Parts: sequence; C-alpha cells; structure tokens
Amino acid sequence: MAPLLQVRDLRTQFRTDDGVLQAVDGVSFDVEPGQVLGIVGESGCGKSVTCLTIMGLNERRATTSTGEVLFRGEDLLTASSRRLREVRGNEIAMIFQDPMTSMNPVHTIGKQLIEAVTLHREVSRKQARARALELLDAVRIPQAERRIDDYPHQFSGGMRQRVMIAMALINSPDLLIADEPTTALDVTTQAQILELLKQLQKDFGAAIIMITHDLGVVAETCDDVVVMYSAKVVEHAEVDEIFERPQHPYTWGLMGSLPRLNVVVDRLQQIPGQPPSLLNPPNGCRFHPRCPYTMAVCKERVPLLAEVPGDVFHEQACHLDPATKEREAAKLLSSVTGVGA
Amino acid sequence: MIQYLIRRLLWAGVLFLAVTIVTYVIFFLVPADPARLAAGQSASPQRVAEVEKFLGLDDPVYIQYAHFLKRLVLEGSLGQSFLTRQSVNAEIFRAAPVTASLVFGAIIMVLMFAIPLGIFSALRPRSLLDRAAMTYVLIGISLPSFWIGLMLSYLIGFKLGLTPIAGYCEVISVTDASVCGGLKDWAYHMVLPWATLAIVVAGTYVRFVRAEVMETMNQDYVRTARAKGAPESQVMRSHILRNAMLPVVTMVGMDIGLLLGGAIFIEAVFGLPGLGGTALESIQRFDLPTLQGVVIFGALAIIVFTLIVDLLYAWIDPRIRLT
Repeated sequence: MAPLLQVRDLRTQFRTDDGVLQAVDGVSFDVEPGQVLGIVGESGCGKSVTCLTIMGLNERRATTSTGEVLFRGEDLLTASSRRLREVRGNEIAMIFQDPMTSMNPVHTIGKQLIEAVTLHREVSRKQARARALELLDAVRIPQAERRIDDYPHQFSGGMRQRVMIAMALINSPDLLIADEPTTALDVTTQAQILELLKQLQKDFGAAIIMITHDLGVVAETCDDVVVMYSAKVVEHAEVDEIFERPQHPYTWGLMGSLPRLNVVVDRLQQIPGQPPSLLNPPNGCRFHPRCPYTMAVCKERVPLLAEVPGDVFHEQACHLDPATKEREAAKLLSSVTGVGA
Repeated sequence: MIQYLIRRLLWAGVLFLAVTIVTYVIFFLVPADPARLAAGQSASPQRVAEVEKFLGLDDPVYIQYAHFLKRLVLEGSLGQSFLTRQSVNAEIFRAAPVTASLVFGAIIMVLMFAIPLGIFSALRPRSLLDRAAMTYVLIGISLPSFWIGLMLSYLIGFKLGLTPIAGYCEVISVTDASVCGGLKDWAYHMVLPWATLAIVVAGTYVRFVRAEVMETMNQDYVRTARAKGAPESQVMRSHILRNAMLPVVTMVGMDIGLLLGGAIFIEAVFGLPGLGGTALESIQRFDLPTLQGVVIFGALAIIVFTLIVDLLYAWIDPRIRLT
C-alpha cells in the first residue's frame, strides 16, 4: 500500500531578530493509511513545527521550508493556499495541546463545529448541526443535544478536548495530527482521552501523528515512533522495537527518566544539561554535549540516520559501535523490567 | 440582571453625591467672592451683603448643599445661574446637544479611520504603512488639540476657504434670528471640529486596535480556525476581530462619557457654544449652579455610558455574566 504521507528531508527555517533558526533539519518519515506514528522529544525539538509545516500553518513571511511533504503523492509544500485550505480540516485535521485556549471563547461549540463542516461541505445548517451532534455523541459528550449551544468556558478541560477531537474528525479526515493532546489534562482524563482516540481511530480509520513527550502515551497508542532531538530525527523504529532495543543514547536517556513502580529511587534520573539552542547548534552530533558516551568523532562529524543491523524498519543516528549499543540497550531493558542484570 | 441594574443604579446615586459634594467643597475652598462678582465691581458692601443673602451664600456650606439637593430631587431643577438668573437646566439643554454633536461625530470618524488602520498595521508590522501609522500615532498623541484645531481652521478654513473658520449652526431648534440652520449647515460647520477631535483621539485608538489585533492573532483559537481550513477573511472577521474589539468597546464608551463633559479646547477654538465653554465661563465667574450643572451632566454621561459598555460587554462576550 502506498504511504498516505511521505515527509522527505523536511527543513524549516524561521527568520528571527537573533538570526536564522533551523527548527526542522532534514526530517523524513512515512505514515501509512490507518497507522499511528508517534513523534517524541523534548520541548523545542521541532516536533510541533514539523506538523505545523505539514499543515502549512507556520507564519508565512518569516518561514522557509524545503524538502517534500507528499500527501497521497501531492506536495503540500508547493501547493497553493487555496488547495491547502481545502486539505486543512478536511483531509488532514489537527488537535492542539491546550483545550482551554484552542477554542474561540465568544462562539458556542456548536457554531465552531458547524463552521468546520460548512467550510468543506455544501450542506444546510441543519445538516451540519446534525453532523455536529453525531460527532459530539461519538466523543461521548453527555447530553450533546443540550450542550451544543454552550460556550467553551462552560466545559471542563477534558470535555473541551473531546469537542476539539469532534471538530477534527467531523469531516472524516484521512490523517489526524494530535499535538500533545493529553499534556494539559490531568492523569485520569488523559487516560480517557487516549482511550477515546484509540477507539475513534478504529471507527474512523484515520491515520494519526501523535506528537508527545510522554513515552507512556507512545507505548499506549503508537505503531511506529520517531525520536527527535534538536530539529533532527535520531531514531525511528516500530514501537516494540524502540522499547526493547533502543539504539540511541538520547532514547536511553528518555527511558531512563521514566518513573518505575518496581524500583525505589530518591530522585528520578534525568538527562543532564539543556537542549541546545537551534540558533547556534553544536557541531557534530547535536547530543554530544549531554551524552555520557561522547567520543572524539561525535564532536566533528554529524551521524547520519542508518539502518540498525538485523532490522530494516529501525534507523538510528549515533557513532557508537553496534555492540556497545546492544549491550546498553539490554542493560536498560533489564533495569526497566527488573529482570536479570 | 435586574438585581445587577438596581445595584448599578444605587452606585450611581452614591457617585452622584460624591461628585456634587466635591464640587461644593472645592468651590468654597477657593478664596473668591461670588456675591461681589454677581453684584458688580461698584456695588456698596451693603449691596454685596444683600446679594449674598439673596443667593443664599450666607448660609453654611452644608445648608447650601442641602438646599441644592432638595431642589434637585423635589423639583428636578439645578437652580438658577448666580449671574444671569437663567435656569441652569435650560442652559445645559441648550449646550449639551452642541457638545454631543461634536463628540459623536468625531467618535464615528475615529472608528471609521482607526479600526481599519490599526488592523492593517497589525497585519503588516514594520511595513511602510505600519511605520507611517505609528508616526501618526505619535503626532496625534503629542500635539495639543487646540494647535491642530487652529492649524486646520487656518489652512482649510481660511487659506483654502473650504469650510467655515468657526461657528455653530443648529439642526432642529432654528430660530428666525439664526443666520444659518439645518442639517447641511450644521455638518458644514462641524467638519473641522470633528476632524480635530478625531485626529487627537484616533492616535490612541490606532495603537490600541493594532496591539489588540496583534495579540489576538497569536491566540491558539485563531490557529485552530486556520487548521479547520477557514480562509483569512473569515479568520479575521469571525475569530480575530470579534475578540480584539472587546476592549475597544470599553474604550469608546468611556471616551464618549468623558468627552461629553466638555471638549473645552476644541469648543473654544471653533467657537462652539457647548458645555466646555459653559463650564469655563462658570468657573471664571464663580457661577456655582451652572458649574454644578455641567459637572452633574458630565458625571451622568460617564455613569450612563459605563453602564451601556457593561451591558454590551456581557452581550458580546459570553464569559461575562452580570451578577
């Protein structure tokens, strides 16, 4: 089956007052129809910008994007704004991080849902409203008939995120981009929203790009995972593979900092240091200033994304020799599962 | 809602008392002799004393204030001018429409001019238009209104002869003695005063609209609207402006209230017989009842327009509930 979305060597630059900021630097990945792809990384690693670039939602005047974003073979980077408007909200929809601020406070949720329908469909208001109600039911808003004329501030955070999901799915898009959809919610609500997304993904059959910094979310929902660090992809694998055989020291750092139920610690592990500035990134491997395995070569040569021996679906970008990686990955796995040493 | 209105009206009463008391106190703190002014420079001390008694100025301040309140509440009368013995009510009713025509005309001009300019500036920050607009803002805020008024009057009125230099024409209450009257003459005479007040006030509005639009443009819900596939015109109209205009509504309401109290300089430059002139004259001549009349009218204007703003606000922004 042909991929739904092919991102090829995507580079996005912002011109800022302090100079040119390379927010996305040579990112490539595919999304198959119906697949859930996770993009993981710290704040500011370029995961959100990657998706905003796919949607063509970056500030136009200060942004330059190169590479290819092929959606069913059509390059969205070179598409006209009219064509992009047709795609947005119809073929590709997006859910944002903060449901408290992502809805217009002066319009009822019904009006905002209906707007999403009428922008893309030649239907009467009545039909659009019926569709809105159908979606509110689908995302399990209780008493949708009564609540459709309420304003966003009359809903709780979790309910608002449900409305946002309804708004994104209302035109049955083929691709849904979820930008940290559970980050702003409390833990029990997070679980409900993830459950809902998984269910709706089955019902609607949409592919999902799940942007998150939470490996728990990845394990719960994703088929494939892209790990990003400082505007670049450092590792890309199937979800089981990334948890069982992580190959990049940054991925190890992310996993090492997960809290565990079976191990008593005073303090959670963390990756030392801060992510580098994208205005002036370090030479060589961008992770080398924070990496405990740094070698001389890491400071000079940029590691290229290469296939992991024995797995064609697993790519990583690190200079370490495969034997060391396998050893470290096994050590990490055993410490996480608490089996062996 | 009803409860809210009742509470607001009670507050208006308190505010009214405070404003009038302050006017009385200030008036009597100023070392001046209104009775002598009313009686004339050559009047004998005995005559001045008679005038003082006639005007009630020999009573203590609080008695005078009580008289004033009683008259106002029971008869709805603001009293009579110390100097002309004319009814203050009549004077206010004559002068207020002049000021009102100046203020409302100018505000309409301001909105027609400042809202589009502010929006375009916000859409293209640092562009030539934006820089020009911000230069204008600086000029509009810095230059005194009377200077702008005099310049316009000189250039457009005198040099080019396009408009009258000064003067006012009634719209409705045209008497036989009037040299001019009717809607056309009124507007013809008001063009320069409107423009002057608009130039002065619009600067602040351009800046304000620009700032509000720029802030709203970066809101998450605007991004959501674009992500839905909404065209820019719809994003601007339905999502940006509706939110960005909320604070502008407040500002318009407050400014109308404030300006109705008298746009003294502009009225003076263009010889408009409005409330500003009335206030100025009554201060110079220590004509307390007339001054009090203008102050009360100004306070009422502010109270009324603030209330209108609050009601409008609740209507535009569903998050606000009047309780």
